[in-house]
Amino acid sequence: MAEPRHGGSRLLVVDDNKVNRLLLARNIELMGHKVVTVENGRVALQTVKREPFDLMLLDIEMPEMDGFQVLSELAKDLELRDLPVIVTSSLEGLDNVVRCIELGAEDYLTKPVNPVLLKARIGASLEKKRLRDQQKELVRRFATAEVAEDLQQTGFSLGGKRVSGSVLFADIREFTPLAESQPPEETIELLNTYYTLMFNAISGQGGIVSQIAGDGLMAVFGAPLPLADHCDAAVRAALEMIEMIDLFNVEQASASKPQIRIGIGIASGEMVAGYTGTNERATYTCIGDTVNVASRLEGHTKAAERSILIDAETRAGLAPEINVDSLGPVAIRGKAQPVEIFAVKPGK
Amino acid sequence: MPDGTIDRAVFEELKVTAGADFVGELVDTFLSEAPNMLSDLRRALDADDAERFRRVAHSLKSNSNTFGASSLAAMARNLELGGFGAARAGNGEPMSALADEYSRVAQALAELRRG
Repeated sequence: MAEPRHGGSRLLVVDDNKVNRLLLARNIELMGHKVVTVENGRVALQTVKREPFDLMLLDIEMPEMDGFQVLSELAKDLELRDLPVIVTSSLEGLDNVVRCIELGAEDYLTKPVNPVLLKARIGASLEKKRLRDQQKELVRRFATAEVAEDLQQTGFSLGGKRVSGSVLFADIREFTPLAESQPPEETIELLNTYYTLMFNAISGQGGIVSQIAGDGLMAVFGAPLPLADHCDAAVRAALEMIEMIDLFNVEQASASKPQIRIGIGIASGEMVAGYTGTNERATYTCIGDTVNVASRLEGHTKAAERSILIDAETRAGLAPEINVDSLGPVAIRGKAQPVEIFAVKPGK
Repeated sequence: MPDGTIDRAVFEELKVTAGADFVGELVDTFLSEAPNMLSDLRRALDADDAERFRRVAHSLKSNSNTFGASSLAAMARNLELGGFGAARAGNGEPMSALADEYSRVAQALAELRRG
């Protein structure tokens, strides 16, 4: 995992009091960040509209435009609403703290600010911003334009909604021995190629990749935007993924490099989709029984000796030209009743 | 130096985390800004500007806490929260007590700065 690039971030300190400004700036510089200081809220808004910043430290009690007003203005601005703000104030009263948080402040520190606490909070806020930027980038790159736009508009608030969709899990079989048999650089290159191919197949069918971990990935069809034929789309993506892997293996074989095989599990139904996690770290994902079933089906592909396994709900939503074999009911961990399983036949 | 004017532990901690040289400059800044705050506070009181009065008292409290000037901070806080009522109590005694305490703080900080 890459080192968080916290050093060298740009911070804006907003405080009408010179002693406070100097001291905060000093503490931040000692952490290795760059800092710009301004005297009031009005100048702060002008400054963040003009130059990029990673984080704002905001005082509340200020002439001209106070911190509450700054928070409100930032929340209204599509470009600026994701700029994290830590309120630093010696304001009296818990209701004021609550008001700051409600207005979108990420954190609240009482002045005089404890430098250790300040460092920890700044680190956490920058990390959160980094993840948010990454999430945006991920959405921009791997989602359709409509999905990306929907996410931009609805924002990244925690909390889910109930949706109907299909979940796809894919995993490289026997990946560990494969990874151990070749230099790490080649494994990374192989993974990069693999993910590029998989992402292409998934986004080509209107899905989004919501998680990747090691050699596995999870994709969602039908969220954040509804997809009428999500079962069909997910299975078509899976077929395309298998086809891509076959082509990839031909290339690998001709270069005398190892070939890979993947297993794919798909389940469909109701799930809760949205940003889950904590305020520190959140990710767009789907949760619920459907997700568990998809993951179990993927795990079962090896035993079943099939590349693509789907559940009955997914089967019911398929176009007639896609051929499946019924494998009958299979016991699945976490499910009281055996689950009807179908294998999708590659090719037509 | 009068006892209790500056909480030495707070001041030392500040020097450790921000650096002694920097704290020296910070003291200079405070000593040049604070007299304006005190006169601002007086003017706000005379002009019946409660909002300004509260804000200046708030700033003074905040800076006093930074340097460990606990008594000055407590007095400023009393004015911030109590407003004109607190300032005019006992024939304006809190205002002159504030000015007196500031003189002691300024002297103590100047001494600490010289080391």
